[in-house]
Amino acid sequence: MALIELNGVTKYYEMGDQVVKALDGIDIDVEKNDYLAFIGSSGSGKSTMLNILGCLDKPTSGQYHLNGKNVESLDPNELSEIRNLEIGFIFQSFNLLPRATALGNVMQPLVYRSIGYRKRKEMAMESLERVGLGDRVDHLPNQLSGGQRQRVAIARALVTHPSILLADEPTGNLDSQTTIEIMQLFDELHAEGHTLIVVTHEDEIAQHCHRVVEMKDGKVFNDSTTNSAAVTS
Amino acid sequence: MLFSLIESSRSALASIIAHGLRSFLTTLGIVIGVASVIAVISVTQGMSSFIGDTFASLGSNSLTIQSYTPFEDQMKGIRARLTPEDMELIEKRAEGIASITPVLFANRASQIKFGSQTAFSRIMGTTYAFQDVSQSYMSLGRFIAQSDNLTRRRIVVIGDKVRENLNMPDNPINEYVDIGGEWFKVVGLMEAKGEIMGQSQDDIVLMPYNTMRSLQGNQARTDIQIQLSLSESAVVEDVTQQLTTLLRNAHDLDSYEDDDFQIQTAEQLMETFDTVINMVTIVIGGIVSISLLVGGIGIMNIMLVSVTERTREIGICKAIGAKRHHILMQFLIEALLLSLLGGLIGLAIGYGLGTLISSSIPSFPAASIPLWSVALALGFSGFVGVLFGILPAAKAANLDPIDALRYE
Ligand SMILES: Nc1ncnc2c1ncn2[C@@H]1O[C@H](COP(=O)(O)OP(=O)(O)O)[C@@H](O)[C@H]1O
Ligand SMILES: [Mg+2]
Repeated sequence: MALIELNGVTKYYEMGDQVVKALDGIDIDVEKNDYLAFIGSSGSGKSTMLNILGCLDKPTSGQYHLNGKNVESLDPNELSEIRNLEIGFIFQSFNLLPRATALGNVMQPLVYRSIGYRKRKEMAMESLERVGLGDRVDHLPNQLSGGQRQRVAIARALVTHPSILLADEPTGNLDSQTTIEIMQLFDELHAEGHTLIVVTHEDEIAQHCHRVVEMKDGKVFNDSTTNSAAVTS
Repeated sequence: MLFSLIESSRSALASIIAHGLRSFLTTLGIVIGVASVIAVISVTQGMSSFIGDTFASLGSNSLTIQSYTPFEDQMKGIRARLTPEDMELIEKRAEGIASITPVLFANRASQIKFGSQTAFSRIMGTTYAFQDVSQSYMSLGRFIAQSDNLTRRRIVVIGDKVRENLNMPDNPINEYVDIGGEWFKVVGLMEAKGEIMGQSQDDIVLMPYNTMRSLQGNQARTDIQIQLSLSESAVVEDVTQQLTTLLRNAHDLDSYEDDDFQIQTAEQLMETFDTVINMVTIVIGGIVSISLLVGGIGIMNIMLVSVTERTREIGICKAIGAKRHHILMQFLIEALLLSLLGGLIGLAIGYGLGTLISSSIPSFPAASIPLWSVALALGFSGFVGVLFGILPAAKAANLDPIDALRYE
């Protein structure tokens, strides 16, 4: 059984009398410890895809099984729980809590797991050290560089030990040097056994991944597992 | 549950501190509301505990009987009276009375002169028993004696306030004062008793009862007050009952007619004061609670703004696993803490204000805050916070994570 199984997933947006098919019949499986990139032009449905995988959004139709569990039947609170337990989300715009320190941000997901302060702090420190930010824990997001902020976000995603890390253009707001550093971090995380799914439109980033899925108009246009021509090594 | 309560308080507190000035302005309505409640309560409560103390010192085993004319009868020109015969009757027939004395108030302007100095005072005629009934003690000289009364002697016993008002020497004994053109010799100075409700207990001139009667021309219209103290074993209710029956018979009242007299105990008097003060407290408290409601609406308003401002933050929290109740609690507790904070500040200001008011009015009793009013103020402001926090908190909790994250 695959970690992620999508069967005929669609996501439609109604804009007035026009229907936008952000996702149009997606069938895809993702195995544990996969390192996957979604690529494609802007508007091809990558973010929509990731939001559904991350249980932030629900498909209009189709089936999504995560760890064998059908996500469709879950209510908002159960989805919150899945996001907390199974998923680590990394956003292009970092999405840190502006009034919390780096440490506070990383501790936050553990609050929703009812973990006590001391244990939370310990876990968060561990996670921050893992991403190389052990010396910046008391900084507010606006006192950190873009790369450092994204590291905080990654630490926050990691702290819950999720099954999957989802990153939506994680380096989109970063310079090329920082991008390389973040991607090295991703490579390490993959090597440690994490499952990573990265959305990007940059080829250099996709090259880090072991599997590349190209999207076009809400459909899977090319999947390197089924088409070995796209595999880079 | 306790865990999420603590965590919510933690983040709510952080948010309140982060928006310090705004938090304060938000809660200003509550501050003002609670401050006024507490100021009013502290002043009135100070007054009522003072009155309580004063009446307790008067002794609860004394009774005052006076005539009582209902307002309609007054309009018809009818006047109820209490006569010396009534007193004789009570003296002869009632049981459980230790001392009894008539009190006859001067019916013309109560002017008293000493040398070139003139003052107004409460002038009354009474007997030696008054000293016992009213628990008065002499500071100098003697009280009215039985013989003074029999011989209608022209003597007075004065309170300390009168001596002061008339610029009399520290020892006024054997000085002469002028009341209604007649000369009276001062034979006694009473010990100072202080004030009740800002009225001096020592602004009082006593002369023998019969002297007063002879000064007053029209004997037929004499209307006296009777003051009496009860013996140790007597029960106030029983004596009151007995006196009522006696006086009703003496006044030929039919069963359908109301009493044409009033029997008051010191306790009753105190209760009357208390009732008045409680009424004032309730009325002003009611008015003030409206300002608390307005304060609550202010909190709701700012909380709604805050939810909108923090939509993205709420989205982030939901994305990393916050459930509905986590968000709900956070905002609800923020509203609760805001208004409790306002309540606390209001409490301090209110107490300060109450103290200021009571200390700036001379002879006003000190302000005091009973514990129940602290509980009431905090309870009410907490209630207001929760009540008006629910709407914004529910709005925040019900946000869709993806919509909230997209919010700009
Ligand atoms: N909330 C939305 N309402 C309407 N249309 C949307 C919404 N989100 C995405 N879309 C549309 O769905 C399509 C896919 O969007 P998205 O997944 O963000 O693309 P990508 O991330 O690949 O650039 C686009 O055409 C976009 O306009
Ligand atoms: Mg996108």
